[in-house]
Amino acid sequence: MAVELDVFVGNTTIMDEEVYQLWLDGYTVNDAVKARMDAGVLEECEADADVLLSDTMDQYRTFQMCERLLQSPAKLANQLLFQITPHRQVMLIERYYAFDDTFVREVLGKKLSKGTKKDLDDISAKTGVTLKSCRRQFDNFKRVFKVVEELKGPLVENIRQHFLLSDKLARDYAAIVFFANNRFETGKKKLQYLTFQDFALCAGQLINNWTVGAVDNMVEDMDVDLDKEFLQELKELKILIADKDLLDQHKSLVCTALRGKTKAFAEMEANFKNLSRGLVNIATKLTNTKDVRDFFIDLVEKFIEPCRSDRWTAADIKLYLTHYTNSAHILDPFKHQAVWDRYMGVIKSCIFIMYHD
Amino acid sequence: MPGKLKAKIVAGRHLPVMDRASDLTDAFVEVKFGNTTFKTDVFPKSLNPQWNSEWFKFEVDDEDLQDEPLQITVLDHDTYSANDAIGKVYIDIDPLLCTEAASVISGWFPIYDTIHGIRGEINVLVKVELFNDLNRFRQSSCGVKFFCTTSIPRGYRAAMVHGFLEELVVNEDPEYQWIDRIRTPRASNEARQRLISLMSGELQRKIGLKVLEMGGNAVVGYLQCFDLEGESGLVVRAIGTACTLEKLTSGSLASAHTHPNTAPASNACNSPSKDGKEPVFGEDLPSSSGPPTPFRALPTSSSSPPPFSPCKPCSRQSSSSDTDLSLTPKTEEPQSGRRRPGIFLCPSSPVLSADSLSLPGLGSAGCGHGSGPRATSPALPSFTYSDSALLRKSVSFTEDLLLAASGMGSGGSAGKEAGPLKTLLRQQTQTALEQREFPFFTLTSFPPGFLVHVGGVVSARSVKLLDRIHNPDEPETRDAWWEEIRQEIKSHAKALGCHAVVGYSENTSICEEVCILSASGTAAILNHRYMREGCLDIGSTDQRFEDPSPPSCGFCHIPYDELNMPFPAQLTYCYNCRRQKVPDVLFTTIDLPAEAAVTGKGCLIQARLCRLKKKAQGEVNATVISNLLPFMEYELHTQLMNKLKLRSMNALFGLHIQISVGENMLLGLASATGVYLTALPAPGGIQIAGKTTGDMSNEQHILTIQKRINDTIARNKELYQINPPELTEEGVGSPIPEPRHRSRLFRSHSESSDEVSELDLSHGKKDAFVLEIDDTDAVEDIHSLLTDASPPAGFHSCNTETMPGIYNWTTAVQMFTSVRVLRLSNANLSNQSLNKIFTDLCENLLKSFYFKLRSMVPCCLCHLNFNVAVPEEELIQVSVTAVAMTFDKDQTQERPAERFITKGGSETDEQLQFSLELCADSSSTNSQPSSRISGTVSLFTPAAKLCQSQLVVVHSTGVPENTIVSSRAASVDYGSFADRCSTWLELLRLKAHTIRRGSVKTSRRTQSLAHSVSSLEHCSPLTEGRSRSVRSSRSFGGSPVTMVKMTPLSFLPGTRNIKYLGIINMFFIRETTSLREEGGVSGFLHSFIAEVFAMVRAHVAALGGNAVVSYSMKDCVLMENPNKNQAQCLINVSGDAVIYVRETDQEPTASMTNMGQSLCAADGAT
Repeated sequence: MAVELDVFVGNTTIMDEEVYQLWLDGYTVNDAVKARMDAGVLEECEADADVLLSDTMDQYRTFQMCERLLQSPAKLANQLLFQITPHRQVMLIERYYAFDDTFVREVLGKKLSKGTKKDLDDISAKTGVTLKSCRRQFDNFKRVFKVVEELKGPLVENIRQHFLLSDKLARDYAAIVFFANNRFETGKKKLQYLTFQDFALCAGQLINNWTVGAVDNMVEDMDVDLDKEFLQELKELKILIADKDLLDQHKSLVCTALRGKTKAFAEMEANFKNLSRGLVNIATKLTNTKDVRDFFIDLVEKFIEPCRSDRWTAADIKLYLTHYTNSAHILDPFKHQAVWDRYMGVIKSCIFIMYHD
Repeated sequence: MPGKLKAKIVAGRHLPVMDRASDLTDAFVEVKFGNTTFKTDVFPKSLNPQWNSEWFKFEVDDEDLQDEPLQITVLDHDTYSANDAIGKVYIDIDPLLCTEAASVISGWFPIYDTIHGIRGEINVLVKVELFNDLNRFRQSSCGVKFFCTTSIPRGYRAAMVHGFLEELVVNEDPEYQWIDRIRTPRASNEARQRLISLMSGELQRKIGLKVLEMGGNAVVGYLQCFDLEGESGLVVRAIGTACTLEKLTSGSLASAHTHPNTAPASNACNSPSKDGKEPVFGEDLPSSSGPPTPFRALPTSSSSPPPFSPCKPCSRQSSSSDTDLSLTPKTEEPQSGRRRPGIFLCPSSPVLSADSLSLPGLGSAGCGHGSGPRATSPALPSFTYSDSALLRKSVSFTEDLLLAASGMGSGGSAGKEAGPLKTLLRQQTQTALEQREFPFFTLTSFPPGFLVHVGGVVSARSVKLLDRIHNPDEPETRDAWWEEIRQEIKSHAKALGCHAVVGYSENTSICEEVCILSASGTAAILNHRYMREGCLDIGSTDQRFEDPSPPSCGFCHIPYDELNMPFPAQLTYCYNCRRQKVPDVLFTTIDLPAEAAVTGKGCLIQARLCRLKKKAQGEVNATVISNLLPFMEYELHTQLMNKLKLRSMNALFGLHIQISVGENMLLGLASATGVYLTALPAPGGIQIAGKTTGDMSNEQHILTIQKRINDTIARNKELYQINPPELTEEGVGSPIPEPRHRSRLFRSHSESSDEVSELDLSHGKKDAFVLEIDDTDAVEDIHSLLTDASPPAGFHSCNTETMPGIYNWTTAVQMFTSVRVLRLSNANLSNQSLNKIFTDLCENLLKSFYFKLRSMVPCCLCHLNFNVAVPEEELIQVSVTAVAMTFDKDQTQERPAERFITKGGSETDEQLQFSLELCADSSSTNSQPSSRISGTVSLFTPAAKLCQSQLVVVHSTGVPENTIVSSRAASVDYGSFADRCSTWLELLRLKAHTIRRGSVKTSRRTQSLAHSVSSLEHCSPLTEGRSRSVRSSRSFGGSPVTMVKMTPLSFLPGTRNIKYLGIINMFFIRETTSLREEGGVSGFLHSFIAEVFAMVRAHVAALGGNAVVSYSMKDCVLMENPNKNQAQCLINVSGDAVIYVRETDQEPTASMTNMGQSLCAADGAT
């Protein structure tokens, strides 16, 4: 008494959001049925397991047929095969491109290559995200990367327009693309405490300030690659630590400003030279691709960790960095104000984001 | 003179990659019409080519325009090898040939390939310039409008209903031609699609010609079907109702609004005596400008009574032979015996009729007792006896009636005269209708008052052996087959005292070389005098005379004479008006009339049945099948009856019985919507009786079952809100019916009717529908009765247009198609277990629907159309198309007085102005008023005829000259109530039953005009604020796709159809040789159905429409061979493309050409 065939097709495509999520999460049909039963669908409606199975199968088939369209979302709007209301389309696309933070954290900064894809089963085992879902997410990253790679114009806007994503999701994808392109190291143990959102915010800062696009907004890859000229100019900042007088002068200016304003003043004073050397060294090394990759780990090691061990509060950090940046302007022999601002602006924001109390 | 067809290929998008090397396509397009082909340039290396071609012009005959589709082929250019086809688009240009329909076809069409499915889209522009054709002998019928809708389309008024249309064309099936061995599956599929497209074009043209010949301008209720007869060929056939439609202008809208109150009241009772005296009658009739057909020799009978023999009421020469043919087997016992012993196979009603006729005083109770003992040993001789008894009886009764009638003629007072005169009028209508070969109407709902009385369901089936169609131009055999069936239907209708058949449909089931032809409809009496203006005057004086049947119950009143009922049944006075008799149960194939008074809500009632049969070949097989048919019909009917009682309802609407044949089994599925008609008596309960009373455990068992049944009935009453006010001892003794009662007695010169009514009283309070448990089968049957689950809370279901009892629809609509195929793994199944499997299959499908649509609650599944098939041995296929519609729960109790408004089109009222063509026929009689009085004698001829054709279940073999000797037509009449006791088999279980008496007052509830127009579903994406902002910033979003709603109903709730754009009639074939890769059969069919929907929507949108109404999927033939990884499927769909606007919106004043935009605007406004 086998059911040989069982289909249900609505003129307006019927899609249950819960089942869609289960499908996206990579549940098999049977697991999805189980999950739905556990969620209590049967109680709210007089139905049995067979009905649920049949419904789940139908929906899975629909999603599979839709998947091709979801991969190029612009098609979804003017395809004729499925009649889906616009707000439904938005939901479908948004959810299809949504990702697990735990998963993305694992691949962030990695090359989106076949090699990485092979490691997905390990990531799946580690994060608890099903392999199917991992693949979908990974393929999404790769697809977005491929498309925007060849486009001119602002990265976030390109992603938003080509994949019809919400602003938030488009920014996240921009971050993922940016990280993948620059291969920032994010997997080190010291960086484990940082969430994807932390990195995404940092990426936003970097994209907005340090890329080619920050100065010229009509070049290829403008938002993906860092501004080479700028990185070159950063070498000039070396004077701040190389010139002993300048360093001392800088320190005294900062200390004068900070005195009495924070409990951590003693530590600040003691650590000033160390911290300053750290930040300026990061700046001067950024011409090396290798050092660009280590940007975040360097920030943590050279600045965040020392501060944390001295129990600075976030307010302390803010205060310190503000004065540290501003005082450099008063230094007479220091001529690289513009570069300094461009550099410190991002560093400041990144450290704020990355410094968790 | 011809027309000029112009086509322009604009662009393509989402094309498939045809060149692997470049991942691109070099596409060009061939545009073909008839034998002319044009090509566009190649647009190299693009998946979104912009051809922007010139206008390709075809100068063609309008005949070709009707037959041929425009064929657009998209190809990939290949320099070195043959060009690869990407896919095709067939565009039916028929809608452009009608001035009132679409003016241009413009839009994106899916490019379809029979192997790969949809492969991208193409933007096409098509126009037609038609020149006036004044040639009388033309073969084209451009301009005739076609509607699938089985009612008068909204926005139109029927100036005239001309009658039945039928046509069929046959051809060889390309799939079975020799060439098919050497061509590719794609070529074969395309040949088939093209041929069918051509054939249906031709069919439509021919039907159109018939309409023009009749003087009409439209076909309503157009039903086209394909019979894939395999080797013997391909038949495309169609039936419909010819009408003269007039588009309602806004002016007529206003004037028409005055009608609704007066017209319906007056129509049903066109005061006869007044008609007789005044010339108004004659003037009202359509003049000779009408169709040519009706003016055949007018019934001389009615004007000159003596020659009018009671036994031969039908004076028409042309059809009398047919009538005789169908009558002879029933009346002339010796002859029928000689011709076919089969007639005695199931000669149920002769027995019953004889009983009831000879013992009129005892009524049905007597019938029950009398037949009880006989039923146990149904020996043939007794039937022969009863048959002759019947014959004798009928003659004597006829004499009585003649006497009665002549007595009446001299009687004289106006009040008394009224009755016979009314019958005379009916008589005239009848004879007028009989002038026509088939007084059939494919419509299922009518303007108020059109339907006077409904007799019951009439159906006929015939088993035929297919043979090769030798000459496609002369499809005589197939014509003859249908002719035969229709004659049968016609005679059944007559037996019910009716002159017309409404809600008529035909279908077939084919397995190998055996074919079951089925036809069914509802016998009815139509109001021929439904006039335009004069009607109102007559109506005002109407009240003085008898029979102002209120519209809410008039149609329930019996059309036959109660003394010569074709079947034993219990009649009671109408519980609504108390003036006329009604049956206890009413079965019909039509929709519930809008004006009918209903108590509570309705529900879907299904009877399901499987019967195994031995595998056989040819004639033996046909014999086996035709022997099984009556038993199946009977079983299905018993199930329906029991389930109806179980739900405490008393009428079925939209009854559709499908019997499907397979190699080793027959499937029967009857679906209908059960209703409690206020006018009909409350159904009694079901009582279980054990056979052996001694057995204690058995007794106990019976008691538990009885309790369960009683509980179910009580629960159902609550569920469906059936709580008619119980007014017990009022009934017959009430003052209103009294005078009439007496007059009737006088007229008939018979005490019997008095006794019958007496009897009704005496049995007033008994629940007596007895089911006897005498064997395990019966136990099973009762169990299966109780297994039917009622829909979950918030859901309702019906198979009619709308749900009786729900009047406040909101706008959310979800049409769906579902197909399920079950493989019976176990080879040795019994009938019982097979039944269980089949029943579960249907029940589970319904459960699935409820589950899937749970988010729409409260909602109703309307027009649930089940289709069963046995595609292969051990496979059962059920396909369902239906629509889920939401309604406002809070107001379900209230019923607007004017239902039409809520039903969706306020313009429906205009249909009130309605006249039937046959009025013209009777005009000659009307010119001599004197003759009518003398003609009273003829009044009773139909009654006499009833006696002759009282067989309910009749086996009649094919017409003798038929080449297939073994073929046999099994036919069943479902008399309105006769069904219950219709066959001797039934007597096995049915001992006696009477009717619970209790009168119901019609409750006129206040009109609820609250139209809650919810914005649950937006038709245009533009209404979605959020998406608009998204869309506006899209770089290549292109134009958004128009949302196209689809519904099997004739309307969308809360909207008005402002324009009908033409008929959609499409046939698709899909084949695959990579079944597994496409997700198995389910995946294959799922995407195919989705593709079909997409193509229908695209065509509608290109015509400028935004909805398809009266959508139906008529065929879904699936063949699979998983071992070879192959499958093939054929789907045929049809419907009416329309433009609708929200009821709250103003009709867009913008010109129709940019309908799309104005619609968006209109929708956006809501």
